Amino acid sequence: MEEILKYIGDNMEMIYFLVLAILLGVEVISNVPAILHTPLMSGANAIHGVVVVGAIIVMLQASPDNYLALTVGFLAVIVGTLNVIGGFVVTDRMLEMFKKKPKKS
Amino acid sequence: MSLNLLEISYLIASLTFIIGLKMLSHPDSARKGNLIAAAGMLIAIVATLTIFQEFDSGKMLNYGLIFGGLVIGTIIGTVMAKKVQMTAMPQMVSFFNGMGGACAALIAIIEYQHHQHTTVTGFDGELLVMLLGLLIGSVSFSGSMIAYGKLEGKIKDKALPMNQAINMILLGAIVVLILYQLFAESTPLEFYILLGLALVYGVLFVMPIGGADMPVVISLLNSFTGMAAAFGGFLYGNKAMLTGGILVGSAGTILTILMCNAMNRSLTNVLLGAFGGTAGG
Repeated sequence: MEEILKYIGDNMEMIYFLVLAILLGVEVISNVPAILHTPLMSGANAIHGVVVVGAIIVMLQASPDNYLALTVGFLAVIVGTLNVIGGFVVTDRMLEMFKKKPKKS
Repeated sequence: MSLNLLEISYLIASLTFIIGLKMLSHPDSARKGNLIAAAGMLIAIVATLTIFQEFDSGKMLNYGLIFGGLVIGTIIGTVMAKKVQMTAMPQMVSFFNGMGGACAALIAIIEYQHHQHTTVTGFDGELLVMLLGLLIGSVSFSGSMIAYGKLEGKIKDKALPMNQAINMILLGAIVVLILYQLFAESTPLEFYILLGLALVYGVLFVMPIGGADMPVVISLLNSFTGMAAAFGGFLYGNKAMLTGGILVGSAGTILTILMCNAMNRSLTNVLLGAFGGTAGG
C-alpha cells in the first residue's frame, strides 16, 4: 500500500495532467452537432496517433545492436505514422465534403 | 536549454490538440481545426526527432529506420486515405485506429524487454502502466480490424454460443493475469499470454455486434486507443502523448455516448444488443 502511494506521489504532476485532460476532453466536445460525429471521431483518431512520438523515443533509445527492439520499433513507427497521416487525410476529405453544403443554400 | 525547447514544443502540440478538437466540433471551423491539430502533430514529431537526444553517429541505423518508417507510413497512409471511397470512410477510420492501437502495444512490448533487466521490489507502477498499454492497445487493434473487416463485408456477423459469458471469463482471466504479474512475478511467458488473450478478447468483443452499430463500436475503440497512447505518455513522462491520448480517451467516450443517444439507444444496449437479434442490422 505504501509503495502504491509512493508511486502516485512520484507521479503527481502527470496525474494532475491526466485528471484535468479527462475533464477538458468531456467539456470540449459536449456541444457537437450530430452530423459532425463521424468527422470528429476521425479527427480524434488522428490525434491519438501522437503515440508515434513514443515509437520514435523507443527507437532513439534502443541500442543499435538490439535488432529485436529495432525491428519491433520500426514496425511501430510505420503503423503509428499510418495512424497520423491516414487519420488527418481522411478527416480532411470528410470535411471537404461537408463544406459544399452551405454554399448551395 | 534544448530540453526546455522540447517541453515547449510538446506544450504547443497539446494546445493544438485541444483547440483542434474544439474547432472540430463546430461545422464552420471543423476543417481548420483538423489542420491545426495536424500542424501540432508535426511539431511534436519533428521536435522529438531533433531535440530528444543529441545526434549520435553510433545510432545511424536507428535514425535510418525511423526515417524509413516515417516515409513508408506517410506514403501508404496518404495513398490509402486518398483512394478510399467516400462510403467506405468509417472502415478506413477503424483501420487507422487499429494501427494506432498496434503502435501502443508494440511500444509496450519493447519497453517490457528493457524492463526485464531492472528489478523492482514491491509495487511496480511502471509495469502496471506497461501491461495496461499492452492490453488496451491490442484489444483496440484486433477489435478495429474485425470492425474494418465487417464493414468491408469480409467478415460476417457471427456470435459464438454464450459469447457474452466467454467474454466475461476472458476478461476475468486478463485481470487475474495482470494482478499475478504485479504481485507475484512477471516472466515473458505471462506477458505474451496476456498479449494473446487481449487480441482474442478484441475479436470476441466486436464479433457479435451488428453492422449498423459499428460506428459506435469504432468510436469506443477509438477512445481505447487514446487511453493506450496516454499510458505510453505516462511511461515516458511525455506530456504531448499524455494530453493527446487522454483527450481522445475522454472525448471519445463522450462521443460514443452521444452517438448512441442520436440513435436513441444506450451503450449497453448496443454492446449487448446482438443478443436481442439486432445482429442482422
